[in-house]
Amino acid sequence: MADEKKYTTVSIPKPLYDKIKKRIEGTGFTSVSDYVTYVLREVLASLEEEEKEEVFTEEEEEKVKERLRALGYLD
Amino acid sequence: MVSKPHGGRLVRRLVADRTRERILSEQKEYPAIKIDHGRAIDLENIAHGVYSPLKGFLTSDDFQSVLDHMRLSDDTPWTIPIVLDINERTFDEGDAVLLYYGDLPIARMHVEEIYTYDKEEFAKKVFKTTDSAHPGVAKVYSMGKYLVGGEIELLNEVPNPFAKYTLRPVETRVLFKERGWKTIVAFQTRNVPHLGHEYVQKAALTFVDGLFINPVLGKKKKGDYKDEVIIKAYETLFEHYYPKDAATLATVRYEMRYAGPREAVHHAIMRKNFGATHFIVGRDHAGVGDYYGPYEAWDMFDNFPDLGITPMFIREAFYCRKCGGMVNAKICPHPEEFHVRISGTKLRKMIMAGEQPPEYMMRPEVYEVIRSFEKPFVE
Repeated sequence: MADEKKYTTVSIPKPLYDKIKKRIEGTGFTSVSDYVTYVLREVLASLEEEEKEEVFTEEEEEKVKERLRALGYLD
Repeated sequence: MVSKPHGGRLVRRLVADRTRERILSEQKEYPAIKIDHGRAIDLENIAHGVYSPLKGFLTSDDFQSVLDHMRLSDDTPWTIPIVLDINERTFDEGDAVLLYYGDLPIARMHVEEIYTYDKEEFAKKVFKTTDSAHPGVAKVYSMGKYLVGGEIELLNEVPNPFAKYTLRPVETRVLFKERGWKTIVAFQTRNVPHLGHEYVQKAALTFVDGLFINPVLGKKKKGDYKDEVIIKAYETLFEHYYPKDAATLATVRYEMRYAGPREAVHHAIMRKNFGATHFIVGRDHAGVGDYYGPYEAWDMFDNFPDLGITPMFIREAFYCRKCGGMVNAKICPHPEEFHVRISGTKLRKMIMAGEQPPEYMMRPEVYEVIRSFEKPFVE
């Protein structure tokens, strides 16, 4: 069986830590680490959202269109 | 722009024709594993990118991470373990094996790891119960002693009587692009449509460019509608009641796990891979019995700010005699006595008794389609 998921430590300014600690009181977040993880995931996801990437080549796309036409999905 | 594939890249594990021929000509040289229909469908879904970013069945690192954190070991959200089980070790790590569905070689797998696992832990973490009356738990308890992890390459498609309606992510992505849809809401279903479904779908469509109805075809239990009935019923509904330039229908094969909240997220990930930007999360989504709260799946999405597809939480619709139309609890001010809840079970009973449901429950055209089948239900 695999080891427990590994965690690492990052440093944030103490005043910011205190601010976050206060902010998460009464929310579903059980620790500052949880909240910071949540925020970082959100930020990273929105950055990645902006990066465009081609999924297939033009040739492949044409082949797919032919099939979609044959099946009646495209005119 | 439609959704980026989950994990960033659409996985495609199909081999070139020449490689395929070579592998098949050497098939006797590979150790063989027989797999059931559900695993064969999983394989196909991996190969066509429905399960992107998975390239194969989970290795122990990913498996444990999914159980413990609902994420792959690289932190990508992933809630349902996609695993291959065996009873006996007849090959080793590092071997290439062929996976057979019946007598048909479906895929080659590069065995990275063979490992043991705790079935109770699997059940408890994924299904939140160890009760073997839960169909997902029962399935886990019936699995083999070992799990095999490693990448796969698809050699043959699993026979599909509905191939015409089964689009792959690469196809839906082109389709959405050609239609000029930038925002698409996906709806998962295993039933013929009633007015409650139509209300929810159209409410969601109001906010996006296109509606993608994606019925799940596959293993059914006695009394369920047959796959062909569901398809024909939706085709009829589309013909009469849906805007042609804003809605499309394609099926996906998938074996339900009934894992409730966890599976709702999995369903959303699959639709993200098809290109959908939004996903309708239903009441008691992917639930069974009373193992999960009616809106527990909605809360689950709070854990995934980085999911990359927007869940749409639309309350269950019902007919209100006072409002004179389909509404939901949030927008209807009238008391319960005016409400007519549309239950799939109740509709099935009416249909089985040869009774036509009222028009505020089911479109007459849909009823006609069901009636046109001599045996519309699985026996």
